[in-house]
Amino acid sequence: MLFLQGCNFACAACHNPHTIGQCNDCGDCIPACPTAALSLAGGRLHFDPARCTQCDDCLAACPISANPMALPYSVADILTLLHRHRAFLSGITVSGGEPTLQTGFVTALFAAIREDPDLAGLTCFVDSNGHLGALGWQGLLSVTDGVMLDIKAFGPALHLAMTGRSNARSLASAKIAHAAGKLYELRYLIVPDQTDSPGEIARLIRFASDLGGPQRIRLNAFHHQGVRGVAADWLSAPRQAVEVVAEQLRHAGLGPVIVPAVWL
Amino acid sequence: MTFETQGLRRVVNNPALSAAQKARALSIEAENAMPYPQLDAETHAALEARVICDMYEGHAPYRPRYVLPDYGVVLTCGSDWLELPVPQTLDEAINTLMIAYHHVPSVTGMPVYVGQLDDLLLPFCEGVSDEALYQKLKLFWRYIDRVLPDAFLHANIGPSDNRVARTILRVDAELGQIAPNLTFRYDPAISTEAILAQAIANITICSKPHIANHPLHAATFDARGYGIVSCYNALPQAGGASTLTRINLLEVAKRSHDTDDFLTNTLPQYVALNVRLAQARIDYLFDQSGFFDSFLVTEGWIDRGRFTAMFGIFAMAEAVNHLLLKSGNPGRYGRDAEANALGHAISARLTDLVAAQPMRNVWRDRAMLHSQAGLSTDTGLTPGVRIPYGTEPDPVVHVLALAPHHQYYPSGISEILTLDETVKANPAAVMDLCKGAFASGFREFTANIGGNDLVRVTGYMIRLSDVARFNALKGARTNTTALGAEAAKLTAILDRKPRVVAYELAAGADR
Repeated sequence: MLFLQGCNFACAACHNPHTIGQCNDCGDCIPACPTAALSLAGGRLHFDPARCTQCDDCLAACPISANPMALPYSVADILTLLHRHRAFLSGITVSGGEPTLQTGFVTALFAAIREDPDLAGLTCFVDSNGHLGALGWQGLLSVTDGVMLDIKAFGPALHLAMTGRSNARSLASAKIAHAAGKLYELRYLIVPDQTDSPGEIARLIRFASDLGGPQRIRLNAFHHQGVRGVAADWLSAPRQAVEVVAEQLRHAGLGPVIVPAVWL
Repeated sequence: MTFETQGLRRVVNNPALSAAQKARALSIEAENAMPYPQLDAETHAALEARVICDMYEGHAPYRPRYVLPDYGVVLTCGSDWLELPVPQTLDEAINTLMIAYHHVPSVTGMPVYVGQLDDLLLPFCEGVSDEALYQKLKLFWRYIDRVLPDAFLHANIGPSDNRVARTILRVDAELGQIAPNLTFRYDPAISTEAILAQAIANITICSKPHIANHPLHAATFDARGYGIVSCYNALPQAGGASTLTRINLLEVAKRSHDTDDFLTNTLPQYVALNVRLAQARIDYLFDQSGFFDSFLVTEGWIDRGRFTAMFGIFAMAEAVNHLLLKSGNPGRYGRDAEANALGHAISARLTDLVAAQPMRNVWRDRAMLHSQAGLSTDTGLTPGVRIPYGTEPDPVVHVLALAPHHQYYPSGISEILTLDETVKANPAAVMDLCKGAFASGFREFTANIGGNDLVRVTGYMIRLSDVARFNALKGARTNTTALGAEAAKLTAILDRKPRVVAYELAAGADR
């Protein structure tokens, strides 16, 4: 997994909110670091991994949901890491944040992996919210083996309320990836009293069915790990409720339907 | 003959022990009331100071530490001594094994090896339906756990993908028992992806099986094969290990001026003493105990020429950090390249030193090096060459730091990788880690998964719910639960740091 920093959605339910922003070198996190791993040099924030104890206090101090510990990597850097860990890998998945905000990087990386004889056996997957436009997918899909596409909600108003954006592009992206034979998995987050209404589930079933053929769907359960702000007061999705939805999907001929292995 | 009877009384009146467990404890007290095998003064002093250690095997070795019978003998020839005919059906074969196990001793008082079960049982499976095979193996498994309740007891399967191995994996995950412990021997040229995937899926459910790198082990042994027993000891089949004596490397380091003195003087000195200790125990076993007059030898279940001496070492991490600190370097074993390199150099040196010590009545005339997985009383000391609990790096860095050691420990070296519970959603990641470890030179792959009731202590399995019950003084049906409870209290074993497989890139810790 390669987690890329920055996201174009602002989901209240985000389980990794520190991946949303891009560091703007404000330096507000520096006093929060107990081991002085953070500093400003020439107006740029500097992070020293050797001093870091991974307490994550800087994440709480960041005013823009960024991650001062995120480090820049070039395509060549990632290739070096992949070579070093080759024996332990069967593929690479870029996630985030929203990895398609850096489509150029991801496309170049995947293309380089395909061209490298020692890495050519690795699969290349993208875990996305689908907000990328059709043109962006064109280049990316040509070097991608599969897409995990997260639909946050089907009702337009609900999606807007949950993410701050319209879902029109996300739905279109699912169709584009599917048409290319590369929609590996649809993902859907069950948030009690919001995305689990009969209407939402019916629209999920219709959308997935309209793609044609059995569709792999992963149901994620909302929980509080990492969640900040208003969503910290929302209810966790109970196992039984998620299982009921999974059963409905299977009954509709969809599947395989994957539910969480661990309930938090 | 008089004993100090207070200790015996405590055993007899202990409400947490069953009558059989009391009888066993009393027999240990009786054995240890006898004088120790004759040792020279220097060896005796090193043992008293516990720089070298006999694993508290007892004062009068009357059976080898580990016995690995070739159960194929009794299944193809029957037994005159036990008045057993040659089995013809699967029921008869399983029944023959159940009887055989009761006649196989070991240091634990129970067998540590119940055989290469798929090879043993497959010839009897023709015409047996899948459902019947499942039912019979389930009852067999329940019998082993209830009648031989000792987690050092070990079954082996693989490397081929076959009905018996698959059914055993199914039954083992379903029952979640501590016994038998289980090893799947993996060979990329023979095993299918499917059976490895099934074994890995089991690990995410019950932290079993242990996976052995079969090609590496097979090359270490010979045509009569090997078995993995107890806490991941690789030993000759139709033989075993007479004894296991071990060196506390930290104590040796403390007796050294510096790294050079350690490698040139003190380590050779204590290697020689540890060999002398083992030889004294082996001499007693072979020359006085009468063990090798048993029907196990005359009927060919075991061969007296196939018993090795296990040469154990432990506290490598503490020894390396101690030696580095002496030279003013705050080394962190497992994390710093220099510390890891010193560890590898010590392992290489040990190999040369042990190879230079001929032994009597030992398979191939030399002891076999073993990265010893610890005793429940090893407070503050890390098993074998492992990385101290709670300071482990991410799994890949962890594997790469330890991989160079594996070539030096032919009689067993295991590292327990503790993985975060969320990996249950992604068994493929565990499979990648296993294959990567083997490609990097690991002889063994062992993982505990967070959230499982069944977890591994130094190598044997315990159920956390059993430990809680034992600590509430309700007693335990199994012999190893008490050891696990003691280890959990004294050695922080349950503090193993769980890691998410993908941790490294997420934290950017690699830079």
